Amino acid sequence: MPPVIELENVSFSYHGPRVLVDVSLSVERGEFLGVVGPNGSGKSTLIKLILGLLRPDRGSVRVLGGNPDEVRSRLGYVPQFAHFRRDFPLSVEQMVLQGRLGGGLQWGPWRRADREAAREALAEMNIAELAPRPIATLSGGQLQRAVIARALTSGPEILLLDEPTSNVDLRQETALFEHLKALTERCTVLVVSHDVGFISGYVDRVACVNRTLVTHRTAELTGETIETLYGEPLRMVHGHGHHHGNVPG
Amino acid sequence: MSFFQALAHYGFLQHAMIAGLLASIGCAVMGSYVVLKRITFLAGGIAHAVLGGMGVAYWMGAAPLAGAAVSAVLAALLIGWIRMQWHEQEDILIGALWAAGMAVGLVFISMTPGYNADLMSYLFGNILVVSHADLWLMGLLDAVIVAITLACHRQFLAVCFDEEFARARGVPVTFYYLLLLCLVALTVVLLIRVVGLILVIALLTIPAAIAVQFAGSMRRIMLLAGALGAAFNCAGLALSFSPDLPAGAVIVLVAALSFLAVTAGRGAWHRLRRRIGS
Repeated sequence: MPPVIELENVSFSYHGPRVLVDVSLSVERGEFLGVVGPNGSGKSTLIKLILGLLRPDRGSVRVLGGNPDEVRSRLGYVPQFAHFRRDFPLSVEQMVLQGRLGGGLQWGPWRRADREAAREALAEMNIAELAPRPIATLSGGQLQRAVIARALTSGPEILLLDEPTSNVDLRQETALFEHLKALTERCTVLVVSHDVGFISGYVDRVACVNRTLVTHRTAELTGETIETLYGEPLRMVHGHGHHHGNVPG
Repeated sequence: MSFFQALAHYGFLQHAMIAGLLASIGCAVMGSYVVLKRITFLAGGIAHAVLGGMGVAYWMGAAPLAGAAVSAVLAALLIGWIRMQWHEQEDILIGALWAAGMAVGLVFISMTPGYNADLMSYLFGNILVVSHADLWLMGLLDAVIVAITLACHRQFLAVCFDEEFARARGVPVTFYYLLLLCLVALTVVLLIRVVGLILVIALLTIPAAIAVQFAGSMRRIMLLAGALGAAFNCAGLALSFSPDLPAGAVIVLVAALSFLAVTAGRGAWHRLRRRIGS
């Protein structure tokens, strides 16, 4: 089967020094890929290139066999947490419904099929009962689930999450990654994180981004490879109640 | 003669009252988006740049409100474009457009021969001289604003809440953003007769800014802002009548004092509750 995401020799800059240099990446269908790297290393940029929100200066980005622009409606996006105002007067259901918007002509109120899809996505994230609540009243973990439900309402083939656990506690982080792992049954999942030790217990492969990109199967991941990437020794975090016996500390 | 006797008696006062009510509809709908998207400064830029179009229309002998409508939409598109192209210098460019628009207006008005008594009424409004034709124009603008909002509310809301997610979904964010700004521009035109283009921003944002503190959904915010806007208009008109004060200014003062009272009152209430709770 052809890869669902294929980047070839991609370089990108925001009017300045290059954020990504000669990056190549190939992701198979159903894969669970972690993207790690220090702050400002180009992780979010990579996600936005895949979504077609940014265009590469050089190289090519192919997603689901086409241009990112063409297949955008088949992707699910979970942006970084601080992206929107928490006090915005919106109920959870209304926020999740926004995942049903698209590029076509849509006017007037939500249709029954949209509400049904939102209800299912909320149920899938185990927060069906939160639907009528204003988003301002949710805890960090609840809001994070709602934001993922928003991305799931369109039935995405690829789910891209940008630092989904930066605002939740460890117990919720564990539950969330269990959930994402289960989702790989029906879609490809790409998750950006700064906590390589934590995610390596769940993902199949880790893409280490620091202007360049190197992937490692989690089975091969060593402290040394991460050290060269970050440029300093990094303590691998252990003991979240799952086994990662194949990751040396 | 009391205000209410006068209201029953004089057509111009009835017109003024209807104008105030019509203005509060557009204000409630667009003001809610302006407050939630935090684009008050953009709306202010549009409002002031409108004088340029009014001046040109005046000089050409066309209806100033028609000139206002055209220049408002042009200013909205220009400001939207500035925001997208030069996001970093946005505030400086909008500030420049704000002043340049007014300067163009003043130059053209001074070039027009004859007596320029109307200038003050564009700047500060004169709700007491609203004509039948003005009321029809205001009604039409309200209808356009409400109809487009009903059709595109979901997209407007998504663009206000999380632009990048909307873009990632393939929603033509730029189109809806510019459409929203154009509707804000039309609302500004709607308000020129009532409070004038300098005071527009108060009536556009204050009712919605109060409503946001109490209502939890967009629909309720708009309804509450509409009711508040109507109340401010009526109260301001009534209060200005006997002492013969400028109605637009009194309407804005009523709105501003209410905003102050509500915000301060809420702050005091929260402190009191915390003290009782602890």
